[in-house]
Amino acid sequence: MALTDDVRTGITEHDLHEIWKDAPGIPGFFSTVDHKRIGLRYIYTSFAFFFVAGLTALVMRAQLSAPNSHVVSPSTYNSLFTMHGTTMIFLFNTPVLAGFANYLLPLQLGARDMAFPRLNAFSYWIFLLSGVFIYASYLIGKPPDGGWFGYTPLTGGTYSGGVNLDFWGLGIVFVGISTTVGAVNFIVTIFKLRAPGMTVNRMPMFVWSILSMAFMVIFAVPAVTVATGLLELDRLFGTKFFVPHLGGSVLLYQHLFWFWGHPEVYILFVPATGMISMIIPTFSRRPLAGYVWVAASLIAIAFISFGVWVHHMFATGMPVQAMAFFSAVSLIITVPSGVQFFAWIATMWRGVIRFSTAMLFAIGFLLIFLLGGITGVMVAVLPFDWQVTDSYFVVAHFHYVLNGAVVFPIFGAIYYWMPKMTGRRLSERLGKLSFWTMFVGFNVAFFPMHILGFLGMPRRIYTYQAGLGWDTLNVIVTAGSFAFAAGTGITLWNWAWSLRRGAPAGDDPWGADTLEWSTTSPPPDYNFAATPVVASRHPLWDQRPLPHAVSGDDEATRSLGPEGALVHEIPVTTGIDAVPHGSQRIPHPTYLPLVLALGIAVVFLGLLVNAVLVGVLGAALAAAGLTRWLWRTDTDLT
Amino acid sequence: MFDARGSEAHRVAGLWWLMFALAAGVYAVVGGFILVAALRGRGTPEGRASRITENAFIWLGGLLVPTAILMVLAVVTVQTTSHLRRPERDPLRIEVVGKRWWWQVRYPAQRFTTANEVHVPVGRPVEIGIDSDNVIHSFWVPQLGGKVDTIPGQHNVWRFRATRAGTYLGECAEYCGVQHANMRFLVVAEPAAAFDRWVARHLTPHSAPTSDLTEKGQLVFLRETCAGCHTVAGTTAQGDEGPDLTDFGSRLAIGADTVPNDPGNLAGWIADPQSIKPGILMPPTALAPGELHALVAYLESLR
Repeated sequence: MALTDDVRTGITEHDLHEIWKDAPGIPGFFSTVDHKRIGLRYIYTSFAFFFVAGLTALVMRAQLSAPNSHVVSPSTYNSLFTMHGTTMIFLFNTPVLAGFANYLLPLQLGARDMAFPRLNAFSYWIFLLSGVFIYASYLIGKPPDGGWFGYTPLTGGTYSGGVNLDFWGLGIVFVGISTTVGAVNFIVTIFKLRAPGMTVNRMPMFVWSILSMAFMVIFAVPAVTVATGLLELDRLFGTKFFVPHLGGSVLLYQHLFWFWGHPEVYILFVPATGMISMIIPTFSRRPLAGYVWVAASLIAIAFISFGVWVHHMFATGMPVQAMAFFSAVSLIITVPSGVQFFAWIATMWRGVIRFSTAMLFAIGFLLIFLLGGITGVMVAVLPFDWQVTDSYFVVAHFHYVLNGAVVFPIFGAIYYWMPKMTGRRLSERLGKLSFWTMFVGFNVAFFPMHILGFLGMPRRIYTYQAGLGWDTLNVIVTAGSFAFAAGTGITLWNWAWSLRRGAPAGDDPWGADTLEWSTTSPPPDYNFAATPVVASRHPLWDQRPLPHAVSGDDEATRSLGPEGALVHEIPVTTGIDAVPHGSQRIPHPTYLPLVLALGIAVVFLGLLVNAVLVGVLGAALAAAGLTRWLWRTDTDLT
Repeated sequence: MFDARGSEAHRVAGLWWLMFALAAGVYAVVGGFILVAALRGRGTPEGRASRITENAFIWLGGLLVPTAILMVLAVVTVQTTSHLRRPERDPLRIEVVGKRWWWQVRYPAQRFTTANEVHVPVGRPVEIGIDSDNVIHSFWVPQLGGKVDTIPGQHNVWRFRATRAGTYLGECAEYCGVQHANMRFLVVAEPAAAFDRWVARHLTPHSAPTSDLTEKGQLVFLRETCAGCHTVAGTTAQGDEGPDLTDFGSRLAIGADTVPNDPGNLAGWIADPQSIKPGILMPPTALAPGELHALVAYLESLR
């Protein structure tokens, strides 16, 4: 709709651009609230962390390639695996998916922005600052070394006295703010900003997946915030929550941590399946099979994921009867994933598959996730888990799930959606080379780890003795990991290359069915001048030409057409049926989210260096930013 | 795990081969479906028709077949679990405490303590009490069975039988700090007679020096900081920070199975343990060559 000036109203693209644009240069950079800029920023920042986490993995693999080697010291190795896990979970997988959701949700819903654009900017700044906070530990040579799940009492003040663990514990609390406010924003956006006619049973499956993910975040993240928050109270203020000989409980920490930690696996996995549910239908040229089944599976997973956390604790000596429950639930959660799996197969079954790079990543995902899912069933079996938990078998399992079944869809998503975001396509030739290198490298790197686990190799050891039968397999694993890294490098190169040299994408390079492909690539600042009207699950396949709404006179309809865009408004629709029932002003660019985020960062800095004055200053800055933010007047918004 | 030598490991290995057969079948069938689904429409303009409806895929592949397989696994899980770790009559009781980064091993009924080496008689039920007074570790002997965490403030028990004689590698399986990797131990399963001899030797420790050299070594041991952390039964050395050394000379390895126990390794260990196992709590001990030689001889004589 951005392509032509609106004949009826006389509103031009130029008019709208003047209303919606950011200030040029640095002021615009720091004050933008545009979900597209923020989403891309999320993606780029996450990939910077991905790059670092990949390097830590390669150093670890170099160390483990031979027994008794001295590539790094034991304490360096321990910090490497701590930061690798922390980075991959908190600073890559979670935020990169948030980035895609940020960018895509409003476009797929036919909205002009997110429900709370300033909150959106705020959650990005928190993510960035918390990542910088955690990595600042390297600047003073004190990186965290307590493992990515930071079990007490090892991570308590007695056994980890330095500031290392404070970077980690405070950093986890810090980054949780970003995830939580992001989830709130997703939920409200999904329920209130859908285009007229996009009833809940017409939402794209990616939207369903983000909805499921956001609800899991809201209920799960408080648990990890409490776990690491109490740990920091112990460390900084001398409380005894996790000090066993003074009445604390070390298992309480584990329960709190995994009450978040297992849903977190699905928080990452579910949006990745949402991406797959968009890519497979497009390249099969068929609607997703079993739409209702798949949506129901996503919701079922969100519920069941809260009943499996104890399977991380099967070796802690809990009563067998209690563990049997969690064993059973951990088996049951396979079923909704199985439903999704066969929905994808059924979609492909009658279709003509176009083997684009994105589709290759989707098929690679299926083959890898199948194995990760099967080993997931195995570790749910209590006595088997006793044998393999905390061994390389489990390392293999969760890399098949969190690397294979999450990172592969993310790479597929780059090939699929980057043309929309940048206006330029990545090279398919390089893409296919990257896919095959990654796919082969991945399996060479991670499959032998199953066997290493069976041969008794425990997790998190910085070295091992010769003669245990592990030597050859470790060489193979290391070789595979370097191949995998090279494969990811090809895509990163391809991506950078495409920004300048890629072929122009056009609006809809893949012949896809959802609304993001109806606008230009990249979309204009306001996404849609007039809001599309949806009458199908596949508007771009079934509704040609795609109809757009016209503004009416009342509150409910006045923002539907370009007139709404001209006054910086966005239509609000009902939660289930998406009937227009209001108009919402969208805030203009502002520095306030950055001010609030900086204030909070200074509070955390004060806690870290144990300086009350710094903390108070940060709190004052945050309070000032927040007060100004909440001091709503119409002039703020228009 | 493929080379099971204990009651629990045997059962789990059986369970594994059942699961492996199911998994291989599932992977072959589902993987086959993926590849066929991806390829069968090739060369056709609109895809190939099929008698299998979309709902059939979801009902059969997604719901019914997985549920059936999971039911089988649930039954097997409950059956296997209920057979394992059950109390048996007249077990041999052993108390193991995870330390940073070694294992204290006590035989409470026999009233002696050793370290990093657990001797058990083949065939007799064994009940190992597992504790920690510091961080969390996990006690794991892959060839004998699964893991049990050492949780400070909680007493855990692991019950098993060794089915064949041999020396099995044990490892710490829960990350516990800088030397987690070198927190190993050995389980020596031996025939009852040999085990009884081993126990008998511990009931009458031979800590008295038998030569001039070992006598000098004992003097060095008691004079230096050694006795502050280590115990040698029958002497004034009663420290409990480090491993009990009463039977040190009979042990197979030094430093929780970090290096084999021989005089050369021991001398290096005493002089500079940090170069062999960086980050551990034992400080270096500077001794004249003659004194070191005597101390090594004394320690190797303790049996």
